[in-house]
Amino acid sequence: MCARQCGFGVHTYDEVADRMISDQSKCAGCQRCAVLCPTGAITVGLNPYSYAPNFYWTRERITDLKRQAESGGVLLTGCGNDKPMRVYWDHLVLDASQVTNPSIDPLREPMELRTFLGRKPRRLEIVDGQPVNGDPQVRIELPVMFSALSYGAVSAQAQESLARAAKAVGTLFNSGEGGLPRGLRKFADNAVVQCASGRFGVDPGYLRCSAMVEIKIGQGAKPGIGGHLPGEKVSKSISAARKIPVGTDALSPAPQHDIYSIEDLRTLIYALKEATDYEKPVSVKIAAVNNAAAIASGIVRAGADVVAIDGIRGGTGAAPKVIRDNVGVPIEMALASVDSRLRAEGIRNQCSLVVAGGFRCSADVVKAIALGADAVYIGTAALVAMGCTLCQKCHTGICNWGICTTDPYLSKRINPDIVSRRLIGLLCAWSLEIKEMLGGMGINAIESLRGNREHLRGVGLSDWELEVLGVKGAGQ
Amino acid sequence: MLDLEKRSNPYRDDKVIGSCSIFGMMDLRGRCVEGQPVFEAMSNMRERSNGLGAGFAIYGLYPSRPKDYAFHVMYESAHGKELAEAELARNFDVVHAEEIPTNPQDGVTNGPMLWRYFVRPPSEDGVRFQELVAREVTRINTTVKDAYVFSSAKNMGVFKGVGFPEDIAKFYVLDEYRGYIWLAHGRFPTNTQAWWGGAHPFSFLDWAVVHNGELSSYGANKRFVEDYGYRCNFFTDTEVVAYAIDLLVRRHGLGVEMACKVLAPPVWVKIDGMPESKKALYSSLRISYSGLLLNGPFSVIIGREGEMIGLTDRIKLRPLTAATGNGRLYLASEEAPIRLVDGDLERVWSPLGGVPVIGRVGQGICYEEEGA
Amino acid sequence: MANSIILGDIRASYDFPDAEIDALGSSFKELNERIKLAADKGVRRIVLRRVYGQRYIGTRLNGLPPVSIEIFGTPGNDLGAFMDGHVILVHGNAQDGVGNTMHGGEIIVEGRVGDVLGMSMVAGSILVRDDAGYRAALHMKEYGRTFPSIVIGGTARDFLGEYMAGGRVVVLGLGNRKHRMSFIGTGIHGGTIYIRGAFAREQLGEGAEVAPLQSPDLTYLKAQIEKFGQMFGLSEEIAANQFTKVVPKGRRPYSSLYA
Repeated sequence: MCARQCGFGVHTYDEVADRMISDQSKCAGCQRCAVLCPTGAITVGLNPYSYAPNFYWTRERITDLKRQAESGGVLLTGCGNDKPMRVYWDHLVLDASQVTNPSIDPLREPMELRTFLGRKPRRLEIVDGQPVNGDPQVRIELPVMFSALSYGAVSAQAQESLARAAKAVGTLFNSGEGGLPRGLRKFADNAVVQCASGRFGVDPGYLRCSAMVEIKIGQGAKPGIGGHLPGEKVSKSISAARKIPVGTDALSPAPQHDIYSIEDLRTLIYALKEATDYEKPVSVKIAAVNNAAAIASGIVRAGADVVAIDGIRGGTGAAPKVIRDNVGVPIEMALASVDSRLRAEGIRNQCSLVVAGGFRCSADVVKAIALGADAVYIGTAALVAMGCTLCQKCHTGICNWGICTTDPYLSKRINPDIVSRRLIGLLCAWSLEIKEMLGGMGINAIESLRGNREHLRGVGLSDWELEVLGVKGAGQ
Repeated sequence: MLDLEKRSNPYRDDKVIGSCSIFGMMDLRGRCVEGQPVFEAMSNMRERSNGLGAGFAIYGLYPSRPKDYAFHVMYESAHGKELAEAELARNFDVVHAEEIPTNPQDGVTNGPMLWRYFVRPPSEDGVRFQELVAREVTRINTTVKDAYVFSSAKNMGVFKGVGFPEDIAKFYVLDEYRGYIWLAHGRFPTNTQAWWGGAHPFSFLDWAVVHNGELSSYGANKRFVEDYGYRCNFFTDTEVVAYAIDLLVRRHGLGVEMACKVLAPPVWVKIDGMPESKKALYSSLRISYSGLLLNGPFSVIIGREGEMIGLTDRIKLRPLTAATGNGRLYLASEEAPIRLVDGDLERVWSPLGGVPVIGRVGQGICYEEEGA
Repeated sequence: MANSIILGDIRASYDFPDAEIDALGSSFKELNERIKLAADKGVRRIVLRRVYGQRYIGTRLNGLPPVSIEIFGTPGNDLGAFMDGHVILVHGNAQDGVGNTMHGGEIIVEGRVGDVLGMSMVAGSILVRDDAGYRAALHMKEYGRTFPSIVIGGTARDFLGEYMAGGRVVVLGLGNRKHRMSFIGTGIHGGTIYIRGAFAREQLGEGAEVAPLQSPDLTYLKAQIEKFGQMFGLSEEIAANQFTKVVPKGRRPYSSLYA
């Protein structure tokens, strides 16, 4: 059983010795065999046998150097930044009502999480009792959506599970830059379709099959460079969806070649609006970088309806490790500075702000909304709900859980019936938890939390951090 | 001009992000013409700007005072005016001062005080005087509060502010002037407040620059020119282009063509393949002036007395169309506006990345694709 | 113009009503709305006059039965962007972004085009009488039996066919000018570029190489030459065997770059 389950070829049955033998060097630590072993015979843990302990020249650094010496190539990896870096979510605490205003009981009283993404009018004009102005809005029943997971980076079954769950719960999933396979076009009303630098699968039908169109400039895991789908993962059906030859590397160019300047972004935004008859909001997704605030201001002025920002913890199916670990800023800081900046310029209402990059739990979501976000994209958390154990081998195309692979044999391990229920379960659980936290704060509608930094306090943060976050220290 | 950060860059961004339209029109015989075609062309390119900045540079502007330097100055306060005028009086022979004539327009508001001064140079030693002007203007712009000299050259001037190009043109009553070179710019700044001084063209002595794009090398370029005494006060990368070309051409004596080879040099692979003497020249230009390589997408139109230059970055990430017709050279971000204003074009082309198009009064056009 | 336009598989004729629109002074949004309104009403041939810089002409017609648009003037950027099956004829030059992410239809330009011609094009065809700018056919794609095609009468600039994944580009080199573009086919991993006229090996980008012409190539080239000739006339004799064929070295030009 374990031999069949392991795509890395760790376990083999030795007929002569009549026992299973395991090749430790191939183990990725995905836990598949341990979870599925019917006799519970396997444990998988960190291999203690390694180089002499060294705080500076860690085992990882040494291994990477040796791999580079052998290959002469850029080291790839999957998943999000795993390095120790301050997690600001863990230094923010939430408020609760005590005495001066009541908590609201989420179990028995209405607690509204419904959110609308899109450009809001400066002033609502009403003629004969009807509103006459306003840009297209997209409705989600809770402020959590599934982040961009492209077909190619993940399997068709995984993507279908996300689509089904999004529809059942009333939120959105994101096609990522791989196009939207025909089979998923029935989920158009819940789809965000991406127009990324490779323009894979972007045909006019694709643009119309969506609730929102998203221009992808960058993502948190690899700011400044394009998406990367190694040739191993470009199967026949990927080839059909992306319209590229089988087996070729799908290396999205670093820039979108028709966006070299902010006015070019404006040009593309309006090209997409024209191509969709001005019926859908257009989102622009960027990675969180140093000048995120200024860039976001430019994006809003260029005509985008939604600005999506992906922080340094954002995951990926494949990225150069050195970029994943070193480029970008934490989403907490980027969110706070972008929200503050847009408000200072008087244009915050002109867009919705969506954030992504390592949201692990519903508390992270609530804190993000308090800092100013309209909604949150989850990627890694959704994958974990589907079975992922973060072994960081996504770029090889071998995923024993059947998620980050296009191998038809492995992909079958995801049964969309079962897995979509797990995703629905995740969103329901978070939804209930968010309601508990809101009720605790005396709020019964999510819009009252949005940007309400009064409900946050910082713990263990320096002055400049508190200042950027726009939050007081606990006790202040 | 002190306190500039508070004024135009309250968030202390490293630089302005902007998108733009640019246009240049030059009469190759040096005849001064009206600006109507320029205003129309800029209006046609309205999509590219958002009314938060526009400006014009006109050469041949003051034919009655061809030898005097004309200083165009913005003042945010009466005190600033007092201080600046004192500085000017101390160093220069100011023969005439007046408010720049304007005509209020709806789309143009919150303007500073706008004055112009005509300064007479001594009859001898023009070069020394030019140095003096350069130094004094830099000093005023760096140290005098609320005053900004936004052009300072002979028979030339810049008019700029916050508004759409057509409105700025009406505001400054530009239809009453004539010039043999007209430069124009429409701005779409995305991360700074609209501020009059932040609009293009940026001018230094008789250089005027209008720029479309963003210099990713700004920080490196700024450090390099500041080493030579320039001061980048305006958080706009365009400023550095004006100083760079002034340094290379006026102070270091490189010709315009060679200066363009510094700003937009060929890639090393191409240099390696050149014949020996050319290779030696290009290599040393690039080595000595590495801090002046302009990286990032850009197309610029640069004016100076008797010349108009168009240049794009080496891998042509920004558009630039050149055209000739009716004895004129046109340069623009798009072809359509040129066609709109001149139905009689002889030749229309896009210059290669890094290869300048240079129009010279009395000499025609210099554009050498071989130079690429 | 002849009585009907026959181009590719799309025929637009005078059987259906025409419309003529004066574009002077219209914003792109206004102009494209007027075009769409006409097409919604059943107009199949639209003539635009005095066009100066309006963008995205043709984009708004997605999902409608084929329309032919004739443009007098200079259309703005992104002509036919995301278009899926109409015919546009430009009497003059076009600007940047012609045929951006095009999915079908035909664009003919009686003049030159700017940069980024046919970027990410998937199907359809573009005919340019004179030169193209930088990055023509960037990341062009193809799938199945349809492939996009671009024919350029003059020359092109650097980065022709950058990162091409499919499709065909034909450069006729009329006027006998030496081709000066560099980085031809840089990153190409699918599709073919045919160039008539001299250029040096150093001008090829990484991942591109020259291959001998085969019989299907000659057939294809003959058809393109004839199509071009029908549209614009030919000032010189062009033979199919005068072309150099540029193809990808391999499907994974960057495979050794990543570990």
